[in-house]
Amino acid sequence: MSDLLRTPLHQLHEDLGAKMVPFAGYAMPVQYPMGVLQEHMHTRKKAGLFDVSHMGQVIVAGRDFATAAAALETLVPVDILGLGQDRQRYGFFTNQTGGILDDLMLANRGDHIFVVVNAGCKADDIAYMKAALSDVTVTEITDRALLALQGPAAETVLSALDPKAARMQFMDVATLTLAGAECWVSRSGYTGEDGYEISVPAAQAEALAKLLLAHADVAPIGLGARDSLRLEGGLCLYGHDIDTNTTPTQAALNWAIQKVRRSGGDRAGGFPGADVILTELAEGAVCKRVGLLPEGRAPMREGVQLFAEVDDEAPIGKITSGGFGPTVGAPVAMGYLPTAQAKIGTTVYGELRGKRLPLTVTSLPFTPANFKR
Amino acid sequence: MKFTEEHEWLRPEDDIVVVGITEHATTQLGDIVFVELPEVGTTVTKDEEVVVIESVKAASDIMSPIDGEIVEVNAALADNPALANEDAIGAGWFFKIKPSDPTQMDGYMDEAAYNAFIA
Repeated sequence: MSDLLRTPLHQLHEDLGAKMVPFAGYAMPVQYPMGVLQEHMHTRKKAGLFDVSHMGQVIVAGRDFATAAAALETLVPVDILGLGQDRQRYGFFTNQTGGILDDLMLANRGDHIFVVVNAGCKADDIAYMKAALSDVTVTEITDRALLALQGPAAETVLSALDPKAARMQFMDVATLTLAGAECWVSRSGYTGEDGYEISVPAAQAEALAKLLLAHADVAPIGLGARDSLRLEGGLCLYGHDIDTNTTPTQAALNWAIQKVRRSGGDRAGGFPGADVILTELAEGAVCKRVGLLPEGRAPMREGVQLFAEVDDEAPIGKITSGGFGPTVGAPVAMGYLPTAQAKIGTTVYGELRGKRLPLTVTSLPFTPANFKR
Repeated sequence: MKFTEEHEWLRPEDDIVVVGITEHATTQLGDIVFVELPEVGTTVTKDEEVVVIESVKAASDIMSPIDGEIVEVNAALADNPALANEDAIGAGWFFKIKPSDPTQMDGYMDEAAYNAFIA
């Protein structure tokens, strides 16, 4: 673990008794002594504090916001020009064949765009933006940690430090002063719960994390529970549920592509893979990401092959994320199926340890989203 | 009581042996969410995969530590896999086996040796 990068909260994780694992080149906490199951439930019932400092924080700036937005729209098929000030939006970089290079969050912070990208893709994303974009500067922010405070108690906890937190709605961004630190905060996250993501200067990150953890309702949460929370929330994990071989329509992410970027819109196309993506938006794709509920208690994980009939020879799809859903109290999974077999209520069969076991195609998310809208 | 290097425990009760996994093992595995037990009446051989357990992290196979016939399985564990975390060497037992060669137990560790093994 000695060659791994460390986040500004590394010492705190060790002090809290975290089990550290390598993830995207960083030493990250996979769980704390509470354990994955309890950490998951705690986040759903109260509030969890996550260190997501491994993720890439990037500022894209031009003469003004519109310059930066117009530039980024050449790489991302979402409406960035129309994003209101202090608002955030989900998006992704696409490639020439309509696949997804990475997914990301974009925020209009007045005179620039604040972008958060996946840890495993950030070096490529930043190099790609620098090479592809003119008239803008692309700056990786390396002197800030990123924390996520997620769960129904998050608002109460954060607004005690800065009352402005309570006035934010889902996908709002604001600059808050938390424990004396200037923080770039969004009301969003990756758990399906209400909550915030907090970009905090590295030197003040540990003090802020300790202050948040001092609240009786806040517990530290590791990557293990982060994964089961986002899976129940029906949220994609890059490199698993989406990658360069999956298109936005296949991934059931049509909602992220606003009308203005679709055929007939004022700024239709103009992003990599637009021909493929616009055609699929209009006509549908051959396959689709779906929710899957295995019957019984046995979890079905990533890679499990899916069959239309219990004794078919050829698989029709596979699971891309799966495990036990603590809130659901049963195994849950996501995967890809041909569109004809992707209808809710369809039974398919997953091969587990040589046996074919039934799963039912179901709607996502598995647990209702608790956003503050 | 005997222990294997695979972190199973074996507790003789009259002419049968109760088998489970140790607290050290369940702590390492994390929260256990699924246990697939063998059918009663199955004849198993030493080192044969006999139980599948799934934690929140991954699936693991448990091998039979001895030859014999499965005479009882812990139905409560199938319904509530967390028993293996809560009471690994008690209510979290996996199965009872009637050994065909009880001397196979002799090579396994006693508690002191096992504690030294995991230290």
